[in-house]
Amino acid sequence: MTARVLRRVAIFVVSVLVASIVVFLFMAVLPGDPAQVALGVNATPELLAKTRAEFGIDRPLVTQYFDWIGGVLHGDFGRSYVTRDAIGPQLLDRLGVTLWLVGAGMLVALVIAIPAGTFAAVKHRKAAGASVSGLSQIGVAIPAFLAGIILVQIFAVQLRWLPSGGWTPPDQDAGEFLRGLILPALSLGLVQGAVLTRYVRSAVLDTLGQDYLRTARSKGLRPGQALVRHGLRNASVPVVTVLGLQLATLLIGAVVVERVFVLPGLGSMLLDAVSARDLLTVQGIVLVLVAGVLLVNFVVDLLYTVLDPRLRGS
Amino acid sequence: MKARIPAVAAVLLLAVSGCSAGSSASVSAGPNTLSVGFTAEPANFDFTRTDGAAIPQALLYNVYEGLVRLDAQGRVVPLLAKSWTISPDRKTYDFQLQQGVKFSNGAPFTAEDVKFSLLRVKTDWTISIKANMDVIDHVDVEAPDHARVVLSKPSNGWLFSLTSRLGAMFSPTGIADLANKPVGTGPYVVAARKRGDSVVLKANPAYWGRKPAYGTVVLKYIKDPTALNNALFSNGIDVISAITAPDSIPQFQADDRFQVVQGTSNSEVTLAMNNARPPLNDVRVRQALTYAIDRKALLDTAWAGRGTLIGSMVPPTDPWYEDLANVHPFDPAKAKALLTEAHATNLNLRLRIPNLPYAVSAAQVVQSQLADVGVRTTIEPLDFPAVWLKQVFTDHDYDLSIIQHVEARDITTFGKPKYYWGYDSKRVQQLLAEADSGTPEQQVADMKQVARQLNTDAAADWLFLFPNVIVAKAKVGGFVQNQVSESFDLTGLAPR
Repeated sequence: MTARVLRRVAIFVVSVLVASIVVFLFMAVLPGDPAQVALGVNATPELLAKTRAEFGIDRPLVTQYFDWIGGVLHGDFGRSYVTRDAIGPQLLDRLGVTLWLVGAGMLVALVIAIPAGTFAAVKHRKAAGASVSGLSQIGVAIPAFLAGIILVQIFAVQLRWLPSGGWTPPDQDAGEFLRGLILPALSLGLVQGAVLTRYVRSAVLDTLGQDYLRTARSKGLRPGQALVRHGLRNASVPVVTVLGLQLATLLIGAVVVERVFVLPGLGSMLLDAVSARDLLTVQGIVLVLVAGVLLVNFVVDLLYTVLDPRLRGS
Repeated sequence: MKARIPAVAAVLLLAVSGCSAGSSASVSAGPNTLSVGFTAEPANFDFTRTDGAAIPQALLYNVYEGLVRLDAQGRVVPLLAKSWTISPDRKTYDFQLQQGVKFSNGAPFTAEDVKFSLLRVKTDWTISIKANMDVIDHVDVEAPDHARVVLSKPSNGWLFSLTSRLGAMFSPTGIADLANKPVGTGPYVVAARKRGDSVVLKANPAYWGRKPAYGTVVLKYIKDPTALNNALFSNGIDVISAITAPDSIPQFQADDRFQVVQGTSNSEVTLAMNNARPPLNDVRVRQALTYAIDRKALLDTAWAGRGTLIGSMVPPTDPWYEDLANVHPFDPAKAKALLTEAHATNLNLRLRIPNLPYAVSAAQVVQSQLADVGVRTTIEPLDFPAVWLKQVFTDHDYDLSIIQHVEARDITTFGKPKYYWGYDSKRVQQLLAEADSGTPEQQVADMKQVARQLNTDAAADWLFLFPNVIVAKAKVGGFVQNQVSESFDLTGLAPR
């Protein structure tokens, strides 16, 4: 058990380091000159050279990389070329917004998927079950940004019940915060919920066929009761895996949804930084996102051992 | 163990709620609050070191003031200077200053600050337009309310530059943190900023002039044009500062809750031609392309017919404007004849454009119309700003390009042979120099000559002038119809 955890930690650390190198190299080959973008159209060659030196992008790539990663290990992500502010605090600030969005989207997805998937599995021979499956097929096909655009048209532009975008921090005005989070969370969660519904359905179907459930049924439990008492935990193992995988998708979906709903999260920060060639900021954000996805995989791995007793001996 | 999955979700939410997103800038909307939507967000508040339109748009005339400003007609009028006189040799400017003016940190504004601010452009500014102040020889403080600026040579362009961010007045006590804490003499002060979201301006209680009607103005930054429109429809904002996609305008016009204010801007949407390289170094080829493009049809397609056909690099708000739109009318037959005459009948040109909506739609029209006269073009959309700036603007690696030139009076760029136009005309350079040093009357006459010469040479094809379209709730009034300055001027806005 301990060895397993340690091995996972090592894999996690190495993955993040490799990712940092890949991200750095991608940024290095991206066409465009950060100094030129920062200075605008009338920049003189002397000023450009001076600014490149100021940014430190006139040094060898290896030096730049070690300088950057060394700083990151101390929690210093450097200073933005564009805003000239420290990147670290900005990242934390934006990460908060993105995590709220991803968390709320995940919650919406689970609230939809667990009952709907279980229902579709239990009633899989009936029309009601089939129609839930059908609905989830349709849901899977709708991209998050389209869901967002449709929701805004209905609830913000036409009915004017909810804001069409914008962000109020929870510690400032909890009511406004929730109103602003509803539509983005739905845009993100509906699609994810549809995807998860199908996994929940097949996992529950699998479980329903298992011997121990027949045993439980023979003790006089109704199918629903047997499932809740004995089956759901086993069914949750594949669902947790998918949840981990889906988190990565959720993060990517969040980037798009942030754009549609004008949320000051990591996604909108990333798009702005890429277009301004604010390379240090892009590197910082991508590193945080990649580390986040890897961390989720790491946690999912650990959860396995908790959920599935069969894995504990290994 | 039954509730494992909901527990996981709860843990997620708990983990999330631990990271709060810092202080915000949204305010509770009252009748005295106005919220204005923009697409481009200022990266910081320091326009002395960060280029781009977004910072002066938010701060100029609202937070910072200069000695002079541009009025709605594009004329230079007094601001912190009550009046000024120009010596007969046009090199010495005497400014009489407003009295009782204070910076928002309490420091008084005097001629010392004029000297400090103007000389600081040379020493501390890094953005490239600072070169417009190089003509200052020295600044004398004659009295607390009298500053004298002596130029090394006469320059009309210099006084005009004073109306831009270059003329903003700073206090030596207020420059410690320009990127975050601007200190100016204007009617508003920056009260809060939430990156990626908004900037909040509050009325400056110690303002020397007329108090603005709105005590709080929230500048909301919404990059996506559709999201910007939706914010106005759903009551999230009161004003859209500039419409960037024309298809939504009829929707607002049809709705009596809103008003649409349309005027002109300084943004010439220009088909740049690489004058320095064959085949476009031949004036006949450039003229042929100009005859081949139906600019009226292009405007209808690319910007729903809104905008002005100009025919040279001069917007109607400049004193030397003349309508040159029909000097080269749409005439495909003439275009073909000119191409034949120039032995340029088998052209294949690279049209390298920024990946922006107006440029993409204009490029498609240009491509099909040039095809009609036998000129093949390959459209290459480039990431803007980074790649376009590097490859087209800096390396001049292009045949044709389409871009908005947004700066005021940027016709002077045709006087720089190294500029990406590749246009090198001694006559134009001389006329520009004479216009800058002459009397205002000479300036107008010379600049008209420049515009005509550029048109004759088909130095570029000015496709159309971008309109300035503001959409607002019907109850907000006082908008400046024509966008002539770098500022989104809040000072005149008031409830109707």
